[in-house]
Amino acid sequence: MTALAYGISDTLVLAKRSLLRIPRQPDLLVGFTVQPILFVLLFVYVFGGAISTPGFDYVDFLMPGIIVQSIVFGGFVTALGLSDDLKKGLMDRFRSLPMTRSALLTGRTLGDVVTNIFQLVVMFTVGLLVGFNFSSAFWEVVGGILMLLLIGYAFSWVFAFIGLAASSPEAANAYGFTILFPVTFVSSAFVPVDSMPSWLQPIAEHNPFTVMVDAARALFLGTPAGNDVWLALLWTFIIIAVFAPLSVWRYRRVVTR
Amino acid sequence: MPADPAVETAGLHKRYGDVHALRGIDLRVDTGSVFGLLGPNGAGKTTAVRILTTLLQPDEGTAHVAGLDVVRDAKKVRQQIGLAGQYAAVDENLTGFENLQMVGRLYHLGRRVARARARELLADFDLSDAADRLVRTYSGGMRRRLDLAAALVARPPVLFLDEPTTGLDIRSRIGLWDAMEALVAGGTTVLLTTQYLDEADRLADRIAVIDQGLVIAEGTPNELKSQVGGDRLDIHLCDGGRGEEAISALASIASDRPFVEDGSILVPVAQRRGTIADAVRRLDDAGIAIDDISVRTPTLDDVFLNLTGHAAEAEAEEVESR
Repeated sequence: MTALAYGISDTLVLAKRSLLRIPRQPDLLVGFTVQPILFVLLFVYVFGGAISTPGFDYVDFLMPGIIVQSIVFGGFVTALGLSDDLKKGLMDRFRSLPMTRSALLTGRTLGDVVTNIFQLVVMFTVGLLVGFNFSSAFWEVVGGILMLLLIGYAFSWVFAFIGLAASSPEAANAYGFTILFPVTFVSSAFVPVDSMPSWLQPIAEHNPFTVMVDAARALFLGTPAGNDVWLALLWTFIIIAVFAPLSVWRYRRVVTR
Repeated sequence: MPADPAVETAGLHKRYGDVHALRGIDLRVDTGSVFGLLGPNGAGKTTAVRILTTLLQPDEGTAHVAGLDVVRDAKKVRQQIGLAGQYAAVDENLTGFENLQMVGRLYHLGRRVARARARELLADFDLSDAADRLVRTYSGGMRRRLDLAAALVARPPVLFLDEPTTGLDIRSRIGLWDAMEALVAGGTTVLLTTQYLDEADRLADRIAVIDQGLVIAEGTPNELKSQVGGDRLDIHLCDGGRGEEAISALASIASDRPFVEDGSILVPVAQRRGTIADAVRRLDDAGIAIDDISVRTPTLDDVFLNLTGHAAEAEAEEVESR
């Protein structure tokens, strides 16, 4: 077999390992399902009435935003998993095997794609139950779903880096949820940007989450897309281009300190 | 000429910031032998193993495993080695079987071969009944056995065991020793690190004692023990004032000059068998009453006191790079 074939085989073996973990750690499953569902219900039934979204039902406005947010955090399993591997010494075992070294990273991020698909199914099902409607062409919906998976994949690499840089799974949790989580709120995900104070608007406007959420709205609701979809894809590729090499670098450094 | 060594290092140095973990280590492990690296926490044992298993790069010096340079041919080295260690690096969220199968696949064994090998090793390590249970339900001893099994999946010619029994109860330790002895009988070269003299004594053909990043003694277990002083009779008399009389009564069974320490008379002896009976008879003949008598075997503390002049526990924590 060639190096590439080995690389693919190693990646698949480790992606499977990453996926086997999910049903065996029910708390992870809660993070994937119950938490986003609760968020949808909270925003639709608690905050929704107080948020004015001219031109949209709030549920239609909300769903693309909240789906982008949850897909972004889907990669969190990778941060926890890598951090755990480091702590428990498993990283040493993998690094002493003749496998493709980066397969530990590509395997985990690939595993995330599968869990993200599962998460999208859950989110869209809940969305449709609480009254969300697609109002765009079929191929736009498909394109939107693919874009979401790509966004999720990009953030898996961000989380891979966080997991390798953090000193413990708890620290990884703190980086992810105390820094990245609030950033997703300063965007068009939950409220229209023009309802924010004027000093905050430019920040929210240029937040990549805003671009991604607006792109998702364009593809699911048929709103004018402008450059949003292309910009969202550009951001996604930039994130992968920065964080994939950064994670591999960090992985090697963790390894050969 | 002996066969090519399975492991050979020359002048290995490694620093972590200000800590000089290895300060020029030279080792030679013959193919098919068991080599014990003995030392306290922080001596540099783990660092040496991490370099030999390609997890770390040395700052200076060279290391070869199975004739391959661990830096330049790292990937080839990884095909020749197995690593098991004190951290029982197995995935808690997989079953025992899944762990071994995964490792087999990552050694690039075929799907069927990996499955068959996993079953075979589970049977060898007495884990067949627990094969399909998640590892997080395993006891400490079972995890170590699985960890050792994982290191053997590809039948590597050179095996590195980093403190394989640290923290285990005595029954599990003996179980692991039996497993390791079986391996060695099969011709595998083993480099073993340990803090326990009895472990090195039982398993190793040769031992290197390392302390503060340097090899301070090397030899067979017997050579080392005799360097430390071998077995000693430890005698407490009812009347402490008759020490000199007792020493002269025992002079003929002592292998070296007896001496008094903390009120005990310590008599170096060449062999354990019959020694106590012999000593009791001689003291009885001389009319000297014994309060307590025992044979003491040198401990790691004795080795360290003897070789370095400081006790093993006084060392700083091992510098870990994890």
